Amino acid sequence: MAKVLVVTSGKGGVGKTTSTAALGAALAQAGQSVVVIDFDVGLRNLDLVMGAERRVVFDLINVVQGVAKLSQALIRDKRLENLWLIPASQTRDKDALTDEGVRRVINELKAKFDWILCDSPAGIERGATLAMRYADEAVIVTNPEVSSVRDSDRIIGMLDSKTAKAERGERVEKHLLVTRYDASRASRGEMLSIDDILEILATPLLGIIPESQDVLRASNVGCPVTLNSTTSAPSRAYMDAVRRLMGETVPMTVPVERKGLMNRLLRRRAA
Amino acid sequence: MMNLLRLIGGRSGSAPVARERLQILLAHERGVGGSGAPELLELLRSEILAVVSKHVDLDPEKVVVKMDRGKFVSMLEVDIEVPNAAQRSKLMAAT
Repeated sequence: MAKVLVVTSGKGGVGKTTSTAALGAALAQAGQSVVVIDFDVGLRNLDLVMGAERRVVFDLINVVQGVAKLSQALIRDKRLENLWLIPASQTRDKDALTDEGVRRVINELKAKFDWILCDSPAGIERGATLAMRYADEAVIVTNPEVSSVRDSDRIIGMLDSKTAKAERGERVEKHLLVTRYDASRASRGEMLSIDDILEILATPLLGIIPESQDVLRASNVGCPVTLNSTTSAPSRAYMDAVRRLMGETVPMTVPVERKGLMNRLLRRRAA
Repeated sequence: MMNLLRLIGGRSGSAPVARERLQILLAHERGVGGSGAPELLELLRSEILAVVSKHVDLDPEKVVVKMDRGKFVSMLEVDIEVPNAAQRSKLMAAT
């Protein structure tokens, strides 16, 4: 039974694309067949983060408009044979996406994959609403920061009212993924804590991704962090999150980086 | 400045302030704002219009309902322009 999962947030720059790549790769590493779809028409980036930017020929818009077949737009990952990507168009605008076209593409993908991950654009307009439209589940990516939490609240409201599932009277299962979390700053009261965020958003927690240099390093080289540095703190956090998505019960911890004393002192001063 | 204060006054982080501000804001946005806001205001507008129209002839476009959110209280502002006799007869003729 294929599951359609939207990765969304409202606010931009919180880590939707990074998280889509990491979750998609981690699911594939766990043996699932996965396709990740970039819904950010005009500003595609999932191809870049996954290191497939030079292999794009056809995109989601081409398939929606019937110019290309689905199989022509699917790009297979070079490292994982059960991970695929459908890029967004870089030249068209977001109005080129249609509700009916998206429904058709997702239905077709459901027959071929275990997981369909939709990487939503920022905002609450057409691209974002279509990315969540046919979702069974949603990952809401949130930073421990006021504007991100507010926008997540707005997106949660939309998931409960604007999705096909909500219109049928069903519920889109929602998961909160807190990214860029700095446990030491939260413990000093300088950053919203996990408890604060959960209390405000009242949505089950899927995982806590610690702030880490490994995340930027992975996107620099075009490789999902779970593949690029398998044992790093963010990587372990994404892998735990994926096990929870697959129904396992995994104790919630904040993976920490193993740092030297000097490194810590320097970091404290910089913060 | 914040760093200086923190050095003198010990560690009092800004996170509790962030939490409180968010809780107040979201309570408003969920109740009367967010996706529910336009519908609520439109409903209020049409019902107020219906009640007042029973007794006074009105131009529906001149009935404005606004919600201003404050920190402790919100202000529901209803602005109804009642036309004078000359305009009223013009309005009646038009409808």
